Amino acid sequence: MSFFDVIIQTLDSTIRLSVPLLLACLAGLYSERSGIFDIGLEGKMLAAAFAGAAAASVFHSAWIGLGMAILVSVSLALVHGFASITHRGNQIVSGLAINFIAAGSTIILGQAWFQQGGRTPALAPNERFEAITLPGAEAVRSVPIVGPIYSELLSGHSLLVYVAFLAVPFTWWVLFRTRFGLRLRAVGENPAAVDTAGISVAWLRYRAVICTGILTAIAGAYLSMVQSGGFVKDMTAGKGYIALAALIFAKWRPVNAMFACLLFGFLDALAIRLQGAPLPVIGKVPVQLMQALPYILTVILLAGFIGKAIPPRAGGVPYVKER
Amino acid sequence: MSTPYAKLPAWADYGLIPLINLAVAFIVAGLVVLLVGENPFRAAVILVEGAFGRGQGIAYTLFYATNFIFTGLAVAVAMHAGLFNIGGEGQAYVAGLGVGLVCLALDRIVPWYVTFPFAIAGAALFGAAWAFIPAYLQARRGSHIVITTIMFNMIAASLMIYVLRDILKPEAMQEVKTRMLEAGAQLPRLNWIIELFGTAKIRSAPFNVSFLLALVMAYLVWLLIWRTKLGYEIRTFGFSQKAARYAGISEVRVTIIAMLISGALAGMMSINAIMGDQHSVYVDLAGGAGFIGIAVALMGRAHPVGIILASILFGVLYQGGAELSFEMPAISRDMIVIIQGLVILFAGALEHMFRPYIQTLFASISPKSVGMAAVKGEGA
Repeated sequence: MSFFDVIIQTLDSTIRLSVPLLLACLAGLYSERSGIFDIGLEGKMLAAAFAGAAAASVFHSAWIGLGMAILVSVSLALVHGFASITHRGNQIVSGLAINFIAAGSTIILGQAWFQQGGRTPALAPNERFEAITLPGAEAVRSVPIVGPIYSELLSGHSLLVYVAFLAVPFTWWVLFRTRFGLRLRAVGENPAAVDTAGISVAWLRYRAVICTGILTAIAGAYLSMVQSGGFVKDMTAGKGYIALAALIFAKWRPVNAMFACLLFGFLDALAIRLQGAPLPVIGKVPVQLMQALPYILTVILLAGFIGKAIPPRAGGVPYVKER
Repeated sequence: MSTPYAKLPAWADYGLIPLINLAVAFIVAGLVVLLVGENPFRAAVILVEGAFGRGQGIAYTLFYATNFIFTGLAVAVAMHAGLFNIGGEGQAYVAGLGVGLVCLALDRIVPWYVTFPFAIAGAALFGAAWAFIPAYLQARRGSHIVITTIMFNMIAASLMIYVLRDILKPEAMQEVKTRMLEAGAQLPRLNWIIELFGTAKIRSAPFNVSFLLALVMAYLVWLLIWRTKLGYEIRTFGFSQKAARYAGISEVRVTIIAMLISGALAGMMSINAIMGDQHSVYVDLAGGAGFIGIAVALMGRAHPVGIILASILFGVLYQGGAELSFEMPAISRDMIVIIQGLVILFAGALEHMFRPYIQTLFASISPKSVGMAAVKGEGA
């Protein structure tokens, strides 16, 4: 295998690995931009992965699976909203609670319904989101350089992969070019001003957490219905937290979020490919260091050593009208 | 006032509301049991019998409770300073390294009561060190402590696997852990105390001396928070940062000291796991206790007495849950994770949900109890 093929393959797995991060990261972006911290991305993703795979295998349809994933994830997002918007509870506590509820109930319900040790039944091809071959991918495969890039790297992914990358410009457009986006950003910076303008702070924030729920649902569905053919217990394995790290790394901006997720996905792909083999120049790098690198980088960024990450000003603070 | 809610009598605030929140959490958990197709009442009976039915069960319940007292106190100390230490899990895990190094050095030379104080120091030192960086970054560089402690949990997991697998694991062993610790690092069991109450002979429960350490720490935390100058500063800082600054209390000092204490307390949990139970340093030794500490601290209203009671409750859930999974195979131990989540949700994030109703109730029964009569008097 030539060096070029290795690069193409590594980049291909980078894309595959960064998709769930990207979706979860954009999900967090909506919520946090509106002033609602959400450390419950992990839990919502996990619950959606389970609901998606379970519904897809029972109803034999990938689309019903995705619909169920969205339903469950949005419900959890609304619980988070109910606690932190309506009841002005602590947003961190609420997010944490959702992570635990999702982690426990996916295993308990999975075992009770399917009796396969917390797994859902293996999904048949029509119950998953299959790879899409872009037009002309086979024809250009033999063309040097451009051929493999088009047919390996860009073509042959699942629908949800393209959705994830299209969600980036879409989110940018919503956030910076629509009235809803302007208000969303405003409510995260200064909710009192938004309230004075006669716009409901609570309703805006609820809409933001619903967007979060939908995107985490797609992220979860990708994990259980594309990346693997069914749900495995604890399959998010900290991806929600990496997405959170990526969100900070991206300074709460959609396009940066894409690059941050691609970077973290690349680190992951590299760790898998190297499997402890020595790198040129640096020498042998422990796999654990590669796994911890996204977190270490985020801490360094947060400390203000590589630029400064300033969160939305009203983030984490419940809005109280009369004061 | 930071809370927009009227006052309730203390017993309602610290007794009734937590109980109602807890009851709701358990009712929802009962619905999950129902969804799985089992009888929630029978499940509850099995749970309580498993935890208290035999001496063995009680010993296990208290063994688990020991872990949660440490991590609960850790979360509570930080909470009094207005800091949310979500990193107890990582701090306890890394502290396991401190305990392990002390034990590996001393266990063949000296008896346990010599190793014990050094192990406490090792746990406290490593736990506090792991909490120091997030604390420093929050105090000096303004990075959010919740995020940094989450990141440090993840980094701790990677670090400890590296240290255990590549450095401390003996060559010949398959499993990723240190060599077995010998008598000098094994804490004596306390099962005889339970046997004094007339239970049958307890064979194998790991209930040990670190339970007493946990009780001592609970007392010391009470002393610190409510009877010392530092505790006063911590509470002031937690109540109002502006007031604290005005009073000349150093933000940096309080943040860092509170987090160091918090990390040290979380770290001591590893003594129970390593010296009391497994007699080696192993992968994932904190086993989620750091997170349960959050539920425990919220339920116990960050007061040591409340924390001990809440820890015993979670000990019951852990031990009873193990029995339950034998009796009802559909309900594995992961049920506890759901209950833990529900407790955190209802006792933490939604703690004020029922408060307005209870206030209305109290006001209609006895206006004086919520301070309504005084307002009327002023108006006249």
